[in-house]
Amino acid sequence: MKKLSLTLVTSVLLTLSTAGTLQATPAEDQEALKNYFSKKFSKIDINSYGDGAYIYREDAYEQFKLMEEDFPPYEDQIAKGEEMWNTPFANGKGYQDCLGDDVTKVRAKYPMYDEAKDTILTLESEINACRTANGEKKLKWKKGDIAALSGYIATQANGQTIDVKIPNEKAEAWYEKGKTFFYAKRGQLNMSCADCHVAYAGSRIRADTLSPSYGHVTHFPVYRAKWGAMGTLHRRYGGCNEQVRAKAFKAQSDEYKALEYFHTHMSNGLQWSGTAFRK
Amino acid sequence: MLKTLRILTLSASVMAITALTGLSTSTYAADDNKVSEEDIAKGKELAFSRTKGNCLACHMMDDGQMAGNIGPPLVAMQARYPERAKLRAQIYEPRDKNPNTIMIPYGTHGVLSDKEIDLITDYVHSL
Ligand code: HEC
Ligand code: HEC
Repeated sequence: MKKLSLTLVTSVLLTLSTAGTLQATPAEDQEALKNYFSKKFSKIDINSYGDGAYIYREDAYEQFKLMEEDFPPYEDQIAKGEEMWNTPFANGKGYQDCLGDDVTKVRAKYPMYDEAKDTILTLESEINACRTANGEKKLKWKKGDIAALSGYIATQANGQTIDVKIPNEKAEAWYEKGKTFFYAKRGQLNMSCADCHVAYAGSRIRADTLSPSYGHVTHFPVYRAKWGAMGTLHRRYGGCNEQVRAKAFKAQSDEYKALEYFHTHMSNGLQWSGTAFRK
Repeated sequence: MLKTLRILTLSASVMAITALTGLSTSTYAADDNKVSEEDIAKGKELAFSRTKGNCLACHMMDDGQMAGNIGPPLVAMQARYPERAKLRAQIYEPRDKNPNTIMIPYGTHGVLSDKEIDLITDYVHSL
């Protein structure tokens, strides 16, 4: 009898708490994730999470910091981005006319929910929207000039706090779509983003230490040694999808925009730290 | 005569030694009587290959280099899996034991063929 009521109570509690998680607000999701990491790795400074997998490996972290100070390999590309920012289009207008005069105020606006179009605007989507509005050709989405320009814009916002807003229910639907994507098993190898970057963050997959998803987006576009160049967040999404033998979605597809919205919101409270080196 | 006797004693002691040490090897052989060294070597190659099992991505095992540590080290497998079939099932469909596991459903998702899973099972069972 006693046992039975205990079971009953437990199952009622479980039902309640499941219902609770289903209805968790984005802010609650974010808090829960941050708490998960600060509990799991109690010795690691939660504000250092923008430095990715390095935070779990003291030796590599030191090397990374030295490299960032002494030989940042992305400087010429950032300089190129600055030049692009300052070069008018053929019609005499420039990026400032679309994105605002103050370059330090651009990065932190995105990803942003656009109510009129019911979509997510990203820094890269707005760079190309600006170009086409002014009669210029779109840049390719994943690397090259777009990464140079978004990289420059990102560096100008360094130190600002990530604060993605979810203003209404329709925006929340985009957030939920991104969240579902992040937790869904995918590909022939059947793994989710969360498997690698939440459950096993800090573990090694072969020789690679897995980075935590909290802080994942802070430094994008990133300079990757493997690419020998800079690349956008959506380029990385494609790579991580293909690793599990799933088909990558197109950069700036609704799937990846939703993912970026959710994934960036996850890092609210951390600092933008535009462009960093990664293996 | 003396010579014959000596040979007899010698062979008797050899037999005694075989009988003693053979105790463990013969039970071993009775379980896996079809497993050849060659199959174990093939299984090892499949388990280590990045495009096949790639078990080293997550498990330390044998003399594999740069192994990950997502899953438990694969050691003393016969003691932990007296039944080969259970070990095979873990590789074929790890979700039977843990529905949300990160481990790859090698059989169900057709990542490896049945034959390849058999070879890997033989190899892992030998660890
Ligand atoms: C099979 C494991 C695995 C899965 C599944 C996976 N990733 Fe990754 N991911 C990696 C590895 C390995 C790296 C490189 C090491 C690191 O930084 O974590 C990486 C790196 C990243 C980075 C760069 C981190 C940085 O500091 O620059 C991002 C962002 C990322 N992954 C996002 C995702 C997203 C989003 C998904 C799901 C769509 C995903 N990953 C799925 C293994 C995985
Ligand atoms: C992406 C990670 C990953 C890969 C790749 C992987 N495993 Fe696993 N494996 C795990 C995890 C994690 C566990 C622990 C149980 C669980 O979480 O389901 C596990 C458990 C096991 C177990 C049970 C161990 C025990 O102590 O009972 C065996 C056996 C095993 N794996 C064999 C293999 C073999 C053989 C391969 C390659 C053909 C392989 N695994 C590939 C992650 C992996």
